[in-house]
Amino acid sequence: MISFERVAKRYPNGREALSAVTLHVAPGEMVFLTGRSGAGKSTVLKLIALLERPTRGQLIVNGENTAKLPARRIPAFRRRIGVVFQDHRLLTDRPVFDNVALPLIVADISMREIDKRVRAALDQVGLLGKERMLPLELSVGEQQRVGIARAVVSRPPILIADEPTGNLDHQLASEVMNLFRRLNEVGVTIVVATHDLLLVRESGLREIALADGVVSGAEAPLPSMQAER
Amino acid sequence: MSGFGASAWSSRHAHALLSSMGRLARHPLATLLTVLVMALALALPLGLDGLVSNVRTATGDFSGAIGLSAYLHLDVQEERIQQLARSAREHAGVGRVEVISAAAALEQFRKDSGFGAALDALTSNPLPPVISVTPTAEASSPAGVETLRRYLAAWPEVESVQVDGDWVVRFNAILDELRDVLLLAAVLLGAGVVAVVGNTIRLEIDNRRAEIEVTKLVGGTNAFVRRPFLYAGTLYGLLAGMMAWLIVLGATLSLQPATTRLALAYGSHFVLNGPDVREAELALAVGTVLGWIGAWLAAARHLARIEPESA
Repeated sequence: MISFERVAKRYPNGREALSAVTLHVAPGEMVFLTGRSGAGKSTVLKLIALLERPTRGQLIVNGENTAKLPARRIPAFRRRIGVVFQDHRLLTDRPVFDNVALPLIVADISMREIDKRVRAALDQVGLLGKERMLPLELSVGEQQRVGIARAVVSRPPILIADEPTGNLDHQLASEVMNLFRRLNEVGVTIVVATHDLLLVRESGLREIALADGVVSGAEAPLPSMQAER
Repeated sequence: MSGFGASAWSSRHAHALLSSMGRLARHPLATLLTVLVMALALALPLGLDGLVSNVRTATGDFSGAIGLSAYLHLDVQEERIQQLARSAREHAGVGRVEVISAAAALEQFRKDSGFGAALDALTSNPLPPVISVTPTAEASSPAGVETLRRYLAAWPEVESVQVDGDWVVRFNAILDELRDVLLLAAVLLGAGVVAVVGNTIRLEIDNRRAEIEVTKLVGGTNAFVRRPFLYAGTLYGLLAGMMAWLIVLGATLSLQPATTRLALAYGSHFVLNGPDVREAELALAVGTVLGWIGAWLAAARHLARIEPESA
């Protein structure tokens, strides 16, 4: 589903965020991406969502070689990836409904269908009935769940999350993790970048540890995973 | 994916249009100021155009005053005069030709001047025969009149050529010049309108940066992101066109009584013409197109640079 093959990323300012990353995520898998700040977690996620392009190496996401995807096909590519941010990136001047509906609106879905799917997504994150509220009227945990609803409303096969629990206490973080687990159970491939090692250990899921721009330690991908794509 | 289709597409456009309208309505003062600046820039050439048209109408009656008189030598024979008049009639740009023989000229002078007795004392007629030429409307330009003057002056039988009503010719030339200046002003002010819209849209894009980033992140195309800004620019232009038309209409109405008094003082029934339906359409069309162009330029320049960034 996601396949990094000796991927390097050097930013225009000369900083090399990734030097040679090889990692694979199988369809329907949920993995954690760990490492200290600056280890390259965010860069890996940016490359998956095609917010950045690799400098070297091969990166295949959803069967697309991201290095070769023409710019005009990027919007369609991004519609198949849900993104959750630590700061949730909600539009504070729009009600919850409009925020969650945005991925469907840009995809020219009919209003009736949008209505149905937004309610379904809000139901999934336990916020049904708060459609007309503004994001700032919600608690931090609820805001994060609105962000998750927006990421999954178009039913993307891949969901990536950058420190989704960074601003939450342990209980709220666990709730968010359970939400991800449930989404994973219905077949969504999920990559979560986090430095909350306790959360990772509790989950018992595979951990990909990044250090200094490469995958480190024993958590390197399993041979069976490399067979995927 | 049952939601795709023309109805979803058109409802998206309606949505973009409505949200653009809502945005303009939410900041009425800022919108009004922008529209006012644009409207003034549009109203100036529109008003000047109306002024030139009105002046032309007012002086239109004088075009009959333009004419050329070719004074012939005293010894030219009547037969030759008629020959010359015939060839003048066939010349391009000539409307009407009249021959005033020396005898007729003398008779006319005797009647008009009251010097009858004095003229009787003369042994010969001192007045020359005259061929009077009126140019066609098309040839009433300074260049046309000058061409005719040279044509007549080139005849050996012609002593001199006098141009009558040449002030009308010069006045019309000034009006033509004014129209050229007007065109130039319209182009410059039009560029100003584009710049005003462009700048307003650029600020709007900066204000909505977060929204644009998120929209692109969830798969919004450049066309989708651009759409509300293009609608906003077009709306600005449309409103400015309307306001420009109203400004010119208001100016015309306020000048109407004074103009009528002035015209009556000269015994004229001249009425100041306000902007008509055609000019209203022109103002709206030009405003709309310029608004769209300004928005498009700003959007093309600034939207491409905004790309989502992961936190």
